[in-house]
Amino acid sequence: MRLEPIANPTTARRLGYPALAILATLAVAALLARIAGADPLAALGQIATGALGSKLAILETLNRATPLIFTGLAVAVAFRAKLWNIGAEAQLYAGAIMAVVLGTGALGSPLVLPVSALAALLAGAMLLLGPVLLKTRLGVDEVVTTLLLNFIMLLFVSYLLEGPMKDPMGMGWPKSAALTPEARLPRIVDGLRLHWGFGLALIAAVLVWLIQIRTTLGFEIRAVGQSPEAARFAGMPVNAVLVKTALLSGGLAALAGWSEVAGLKGHLSQDLSPGFGYTGIIVAMLALLHPLGVVLSALFVAGIFVGSDAMSRAAGVPTYIADMLLATALLFMVLAILLTRVRVVRG
Amino acid sequence: MSEVIDILISASFWAAVIRIATPLILATMGELICERAGVLNLGIEGIMVIGAFAGWMAVYQGLPLWGGVAVAMGAGMLFGLLHSTLTVPFGLSQHVVGLGITLLATASASFAYRLMLPEVTSPPKIEPFQPLDIPVLSDLPFLGQAIFSQTALTWAAFAMAGAVALVLYRTPLGLAVRAAGENPAAVEAQGLSVTGLRMGAVMVGSGLMAVGGAFLTLSAFSSFFFEMVNGRGWVCIALVVFGAWKPGKAVLGAILFAAFDALQIRLQQTPIGAVLPYQLFLAAPYILSILALVLMSRRAEVPAALMVPYNKGER
Repeated sequence: MRLEPIANPTTARRLGYPALAILATLAVAALLARIAGADPLAALGQIATGALGSKLAILETLNRATPLIFTGLAVAVAFRAKLWNIGAEAQLYAGAIMAVVLGTGALGSPLVLPVSALAALLAGAMLLLGPVLLKTRLGVDEVVTTLLLNFIMLLFVSYLLEGPMKDPMGMGWPKSAALTPEARLPRIVDGLRLHWGFGLALIAAVLVWLIQIRTTLGFEIRAVGQSPEAARFAGMPVNAVLVKTALLSGGLAALAGWSEVAGLKGHLSQDLSPGFGYTGIIVAMLALLHPLGVVLSALFVAGIFVGSDAMSRAAGVPTYIADMLLATALLFMVLAILLTRVRVVRG
Repeated sequence: MSEVIDILISASFWAAVIRIATPLILATMGELICERAGVLNLGIEGIMVIGAFAGWMAVYQGLPLWGGVAVAMGAGMLFGLLHSTLTVPFGLSQHVVGLGITLLATASASFAYRLMLPEVTSPPKIEPFQPLDIPVLSDLPFLGQAIFSQTALTWAAFAMAGAVALVLYRTPLGLAVRAAGENPAAVEAQGLSVTGLRMGAVMVGSGLMAVGGAFLTLSAFSSFFFEMVNGRGWVCIALVVFGAWKPGKAVLGAILFAAFDALQIRLQQTPIGAVLPYQLFLAAPYILSILALVLMSRRAEVPAALMVPYNKGER
């Protein structure tokens, strides 16, 4: 078989294949539920009501989407330049550490929130600066270095929580001291369990979108991603663009950790992130790397997680079904996107 | 310093080095085959997880140990088939597909584990591979314990590495696989199928990765834990670069890496370990992998067509 590009794909083709990918994912979901001994249609319904069926469920989904918007944006920005930042998990924890360092009493004024947010941004940016400099200066592949940094960072967090950051009141549990009230992100509406981290995530998505469509950097990121050779030939400072992309991407991922600590948890613990950094890759890919699409796909992915938890409790299907569905959706979707613009021919 | 020397001259240390190196050698060989054919396989971490799970579960269900190895290999090849279908004929991003395969394989293992063992709090144990007793050699002083105290799977891993080197460099098939990773158009001009060679290489390579994972459950430990692969797959990708895409050098790299890993475990129990946080020791293998990548970055000879999809008729 051979792939043949299609010059002008029809609308039916452009929408049909992604729709098919979603249907195929639903079919896999039904099949998995069936294998686990549950009624497939009932299980799918329970996922939907579990994610959206009540005010509480919707708030839970929005809260879960917040870190995913940040990590999804981080991945989308980087992948757009073909900078393979798989280290959002580590950058997330860098931001979380900054929220604790500056939020547990060192600063007492109303300045504490903006200062700690800025510190988180910087920490995440610095963490990705290393791998990107190794890439541009020495040609070291950033996939492996950013992946390995995730493991190193988790051990560093474990060290902090058992050593210098350990909460003296923690009853031996490895967690940090609680943030002071002024270091916490307020709720958007009084009485509703949704913090301003969500609002900031939306603002970040719009800002990233504006950077991409309105600034030279956005144009350069796209050009470098399409062909670094052509960009270099056109006189673009390719390495400088990659470094700027990395700073933006690392900073965005760090805000995920910062907002989880300052908005939701109020302290740092070893289990702050159940893989938000890795899930950000799925979020970004399902959004076709579009910053505003990231918001939608983060909501979708968060809904799958929250809904699967509820369905798992009700129908006894293992909650890991969520991870399987998202991985399946990712693979189906990348294939579907390809088929919108090429035709498979024999020979 | 004397602590380090004491460790280095103990036979149990070298036995541990070979034990720790075994899964790395298997998975590194698997990744090396994929990359020599031109395909980066980032599914490695998840394929090791599914191999560890499938092999262990098969033996727990009553299969003999070698049957478990075969089941693991089959599971790995299945994910290799999925990976290569998407990345070779369809030419999709090897980064995205690879990470997707890792997520899918890891989630499949967790899902199947919960499905088959819904109520257990700790995973059941199986009877793992026992050290192979070799007449005379196993009774030698020092060497008997250091080298000839390994399980059959370890011997198989070293034999496999030799076989991979032999096939890659001494057979027409190996030449074709390497050419698929260097100059696919030339392979096609010879009337060979680049698609077939690459897909075959990814499937065989993925099978080896899965057996590397199965070593953890069937030989090193006797149970399956969710976090047991713990980044070993990513380390193997670094080892392929460190070994400059050559089987012999990659095996040496794996042994060197295993020696540092075994050393850090033992150093934790010495006075040095009492001073430094234990997390620093645990992080050492990952830091070391990054350093290895940096050291080799200038010298590495990357296969020319690595990560370049091949579409017939396009020039």
